[in-house]
Amino acid sequence: MNLTDDMATAHDHADHGPAKGLKRWLFTTNHKDIGTLYLLLSLTMFFVAGIMALVVRIELFEPGKVWVTPEFFNQMTTLHGLIMVFGVIMPAMAGFANWMIPMMVGAPDMALPRLNNWSFWLLPFAFLLLSLPLLRELVGMASHLIGLNLFAGAGAAPDYGWTFYAPLSTTYGPDSTDYMIFAIHMMGISSILAAINIVVTIFNMRAPGMTWMRLPMFVWGWLVTAFLLLAVMPVLAGCVTMMLMDRHFHTAFFEAAGGGDPILFQHIFWFFGHPEVYILILPGFGIISEVVQTFSRKRLFGYSFMVAATITIAFLGYIVWMHHMFTTGAPYAAQLFFMYATMLIAVPTGVKVFNWVTTIFKGELTFETPMLFALGFLVMFTIGGFSGVMLAIAPADYQYRGSYFVVAHFHYVLVSGSLFAIFAGVYFWLPKWTGHMYNETLGKWHFWLSAISMNLTFFPMHFVGLAGMPRRIPDYALQFTNFNQIATVGAVIFGLSQLLFLAIVIRSCQKHKAGVNEHLPDNVWDGGRSLEWTRLPTPVPYHTFETVPEIGPNDTH
Amino acid sequence: MFQWTQKWVFALLSCLGMQNALAESTVNMPYGVTRMSHDIYNLHMITFYICCGIGVVVFSVLFYSIYKYRRSRGAKAANFHEHPGVEIIWTLIPFLILVGLAIPATIVLKDIHNTNESDLIIKITGYQWKWKYEYLDQGISFFSNLATPQIQIDDPQKTKNEWFLLEVDNPMVIPVHKKVKILLTSNDVIHDWWLPAFGVKQDAIPGYINENWIQVDTPGIYRGQCGELCGAYHGFMPIVVQVVPEEEFEQWVAAHMLNKTAVSNGRKAT
Ligand SMILES: [Cu+2]
Ligand SMILES: [Cu+2]
Repeated sequence: MNLTDDMATAHDHADHGPAKGLKRWLFTTNHKDIGTLYLLLSLTMFFVAGIMALVVRIELFEPGKVWVTPEFFNQMTTLHGLIMVFGVIMPAMAGFANWMIPMMVGAPDMALPRLNNWSFWLLPFAFLLLSLPLLRELVGMASHLIGLNLFAGAGAAPDYGWTFYAPLSTTYGPDSTDYMIFAIHMMGISSILAAINIVVTIFNMRAPGMTWMRLPMFVWGWLVTAFLLLAVMPVLAGCVTMMLMDRHFHTAFFEAAGGGDPILFQHIFWFFGHPEVYILILPGFGIISEVVQTFSRKRLFGYSFMVAATITIAFLGYIVWMHHMFTTGAPYAAQLFFMYATMLIAVPTGVKVFNWVTTIFKGELTFETPMLFALGFLVMFTIGGFSGVMLAIAPADYQYRGSYFVVAHFHYVLVSGSLFAIFAGVYFWLPKWTGHMYNETLGKWHFWLSAISMNLTFFPMHFVGLAGMPRRIPDYALQFTNFNQIATVGAVIFGLSQLLFLAIVIRSCQKHKAGVNEHLPDNVWDGGRSLEWTRLPTPVPYHTFETVPEIGPNDTH
Repeated sequence: MFQWTQKWVFALLSCLGMQNALAESTVNMPYGVTRMSHDIYNLHMITFYICCGIGVVVFSVLFYSIYKYRRSRGAKAANFHEHPGVEIIWTLIPFLILVGLAIPATIVLKDIHNTNESDLIIKITGYQWKWKYEYLDQGISFFSNLATPQIQIDDPQKTKNEWFLLEVDNPMVIPVHKKVKILLTSNDVIHDWWLPAFGVKQDAIPGYINENWIQVDTPGIYRGQCGELCGAYHGFMPIVVQVVPEEEFEQWVAAHMLNKTAVSNGRKAT
């Protein structure tokens, strides 16, 4: 009944649908358009930062200099990390939030649509600013080849790792650090605005009857994430502002010679940085919950415990930051506190994994691409969780820290965690968004190639890390050669596999643009429980829920 | 070009386990030569086995479900969706396991902090990109630089020394069985003195003096690397420690006392 209402309104709106051309995207306040923009930005940056990762991996194919200098190598690792975190995972999650939260809570749009436009459009400029020193360097190199010397003497791009520890990034940092500082300010403002928008939308725009305990897990995951963003992005902003002061206004927050404290930097950075890892994964947890219950054709097991676990993880996430600093000379008591708190996070995370597995248990499973990525997530995120528990053990962390073991760990939780969750989400909702079913065979190829090559790339890193290979080195001792070669081969396969994903997405968008109607059912996967499946047609019209839906007990998560 | 392709093929083969090339690579943390490294190794292995155990349980249920409950096999979804009892169980059991892990970790951690009653004190200072060792009571001080020839680094085709990037001109020398306290600081950015075989990793931070300790029971040459990104040549400031019998250490000290220009006279690393 509501469905037909909505189809009718969609029809009424055909005459004032989206504007045409560039203006549509520049001035849009439509949550779906803005969601699309976020996702497109994320997709673009994914390939940019992916190429940087390949530069790193190819340099590490064998001992000795393969093709880039140590200086350039450091710029690649730094920008790869910064862009993957801030330019790929976060915007992708924000894209899903924009697309899905209004539809999932039964709202016509986000609460603050103009703010929404602004929070997106800050981002492309932030990343342009961040990449400018590198572009300048590349243009300089290219001009050198044709006999010109453009930008001669211009310094390096940021080259101190994505954690930009002082004083390497302050007293010893290249000029381009200021670009990074202002880029981070812009990303920070964008994230804070987006977080405010999400909190306000979830608090105020829920349809009547959409009680807290009826919210889909994806919405819960994002609500908690938004609060994390609100709490820690200002801290990061403070951190980079102090860097700016140190660099240009003769303060000495982080400069030991001036009475400052390099460890203060790490406290501030990781007070942001640890919650940040939950910012990157909690929306992904939400996506996985939606996908797993849909393809199990069974309600999510232990919904209220899942909500509680999410909140607990976020809370604990605030009080564990010093586990990144076990070898900085932290006192025994502090190490104990942070070790215990960090180990404790395994408990709610375990609860989530157990609940997902129990949701699958006695379900009615089918294995379309979204489910494959969700299952890949379940297995490999859990492996990343195991190495996380190992890293939490402070004495053992003395051996792990700063080694490739850490690199392996966080790529298991970020690539087969956050990124696989994003892939699962894209395959899950793309048919709903476009009205076109992606090519399932290609999707499955994408999954299997990604899953296998991801393990080929990152599993050997556990070995070299334990054997003593430090991270962020452009060259290594002979005993690490074999595993590094395997990792490089894996990385190249992984990178090429992503072209499949690109092709699949482009195909769907083209068909959508051409207006191909495949008459997909509203509940595309026959198992979807949230409002976008039960109350809205496929493809979803440009405007949804202009008449307020009534939510009943049957509309549970 | 051909050589390049050959290397890729080799790497592919070794992934498939068709090559015996992995024999020389180790896959685990070294057991090491100090009490500390043994304790850490044991903690690491206990945690690893516990994770494996949990993994076996979780993945068995998962893969069994994937196999058994597929629509293509005629499975019909069950209706259950909550059970506070099992939630409490799978909150409590992991919690208790973690408590069990925390106890030995707490004990080992205390040991790391016990730098009292040392026989020898060495101050280690990180520089971009070398280490400086100062034997405070002996008045010995010298720099330790990478000894790998630059040409081996720049040219991947060049045959590499056995200890490529893990060799220095002047190693740190310590006596066997003695408790050596190390004090770490830095002259510029943050470095990190990491020697896996000793189970020692400690940051060298400007403005701070950090402590750790070493007591080695087996003479030999041990190698490590800087563990904190410290600029472009972070990968090129290795750590080599030579552990020698006490008499030999005394001779080494005497030789240095005679000639204060220790840098040029230092023992050459193998
Ligand atoms: Cu953390
Ligand atoms: Cu270093």
